[in-house]
Amino acid sequence: MEILVLLKQVPATESLIAIANDRVSIKPDGLKYVMNPYDELAVEEALRIRESQGGTVTILSVGPAKAAEAIRTGLAMGADKGILIDPGNLTCDGLATAKLLAAAIKPMTYDIIIAGHRAVDDDNFQVATALAELLGIPNISMVVKQTLADGKIRCLCTVEGGTKEVEATLPALIATQRGLNDPRYASLPGIMKAKKKPLETRSIADLGLDAAGLQPLVTIKALKMPVERKGGRVIEGDSVAVKVAALVKALHEEAKVI
Amino acid sequence: MDFDLTREQEMIRREVRSFAEKEIAPIAADLDAGEHFSSTLTRKMGEIGLFGMIVSEAYEGQAMDYLSYIIAVEEIARVDGSQAATIAAGNSLGIGPLYYFGTEEQKRRFLPPLCRGQALWGFGLTEPTAGSDAGGSTTTAVRDGDNWVLNGSKIFITNAACDMTLGVTVQAITGTRTGGKPEYTCFLVENGMPGFKAVPMHGKMMWRASNTAELYFDDVRVPQANMLGQKGDGFHQMLQTLDGGRLSIAAMGLGGAIGAYEMALKYARSREQFGQPISKFQAIAFKLADCATEIECGRNLLYKACWLRDRQRPFAKEAAMAKLYCSELMGRVADHAVQIHGGYGLMKDYHVERFYRDHKLLEIGEGTSEVQRIVISRHIGC
Repeated sequence: MEILVLLKQVPATESLIAIANDRVSIKPDGLKYVMNPYDELAVEEALRIRESQGGTVTILSVGPAKAAEAIRTGLAMGADKGILIDPGNLTCDGLATAKLLAAAIKPMTYDIIIAGHRAVDDDNFQVATALAELLGIPNISMVVKQTLADGKIRCLCTVEGGTKEVEATLPALIATQRGLNDPRYASLPGIMKAKKKPLETRSIADLGLDAAGLQPLVTIKALKMPVERKGGRVIEGDSVAVKVAALVKALHEEAKVI
Repeated sequence: MDFDLTREQEMIRREVRSFAEKEIAPIAADLDAGEHFSSTLTRKMGEIGLFGMIVSEAYEGQAMDYLSYIIAVEEIARVDGSQAATIAAGNSLGIGPLYYFGTEEQKRRFLPPLCRGQALWGFGLTEPTAGSDAGGSTTTAVRDGDNWVLNGSKIFITNAACDMTLGVTVQAITGTRTGGKPEYTCFLVENGMPGFKAVPMHGKMMWRASNTAELYFDDVRVPQANMLGQKGDGFHQMLQTLDGGRLSIAAMGLGGAIGAYEMALKYARSREQFGQPISKFQAIAFKLADCATEIECGRNLLYKACWLRDRQRPFAKEAAMAKLYCSELMGRVADHAVQIHGGYGLMKDYHVERFYRDHKLLEIGEGTSEVQRIVISRHIGC
């Protein structure tokens, strides 16, 4: 089983984000970067498939040189090799990222591609779907369970309030949802072994593309911080009954939630 | 001078920190309160490779450099002293002597389960009447045919009486050297040998979630095959083991200091008095500035000692300095951290009180601060 994993390095969710002076990007100083949590699920699922079916796990990531750290974490978890696609100065939107990945993947043999359903930094939800379209393969998103048999993949996916079961013929792309698995830690010996695993970097030119065809169709015009949450309100009263009555009144008339 | 860690050392720090924050931090206070050694957690630490870190792959070790091991201990101690104690004692005292002094057969037999983190091994040195003065020890081993018969007792032995313990390395008197001093030899005493009893010790002020034992030897017959190294090597083996052990105690001091400092800084920035965060008052800010400065000093000293060791250069003086400085450093930082937390710092809900308690062992175990000063003063020619 040839398994490809798409991975993005993102600021850690606990990072304090500040908007840069250009108003359309964030300040990179002091940020801690990690593997996108949904991609951790993807690496783990790929490793489990390899453990049960054999094969190789290859990680692909689009990002700056620094993103190699996230790929190395995946290699330390147990993946076999990594490919970093460095777009240089080009700012990639979801479609451009998918085009870069498609160009790298087309000459490769693969049975299954696993991606996070979104990256937690830009919440774009687009790359996996766009890539499947460019490759002309089935795309199943929000997967919480998968089984492989007879050249097909059967998945359980979350839908509003429930799950649905779907099936597709391989090769196919699936995108992970929380609950799929519990990703392993990169073990210390795994970290040492990762040192010797191949990790190659490719430029846009290496992929036979040029920047002109990758210009973003969507550009960010402004970033704004979320409105700061107001403090809570303590309902005062002489007795529990009085407080409950006041709370119910507030929830009904002010918050309008009951 | 290159102060950068290698890519692998940075990754080890990141992964161990993430493990410590997710797997240890949420349960550390409960384990401490219940004086509960968790074999489940210890096995998990074994799964990510925290045991046998410096042992070669031939014995299922992780084959890492010494600094990587120290970084891992530091990161565990940043979150919990008890678990760091299990790791540091497991590697430096349990696995270390077996790996450095064991015969090929002993290494193949004992090391793999220890390096996988599926079992623990103790190092029995301290006795009720022999602490800093190892010459006061009374445990003896007398030859009887192909066996040695051990009698005596040991105290304060980490990892030696839990459900994962397989046995202990025991230092015993096997004769008298020329000049009249006792001759020491180490033996591998396995659980189940008749006459050997390991009893867990309770009522500790610190490291309450680590396992500490009293050991009793009552005519324990140990085969010659279980002698560690040669007859008479015991004293030298002990000194060499403690030189390395000092680095891991220093790592616990550094990591614990960092943990307490980070909590204090976070608290000081959010706690408001007189209309502003208390971190804006110089009385508090200067304490934190001192903590940050001393942590930087401690780290540089400890990492330099590891750097020397990794290059096979003499490191005993620097190891004693790092052990002395980092253990006392954690004391000062934990004291400031509790003071900055005020009344809350005295409550178990705020973890600084655990760091305040845990630190004290570091000035006592594996050579007291006083003994470190003796070691250092001899190195500088006093």
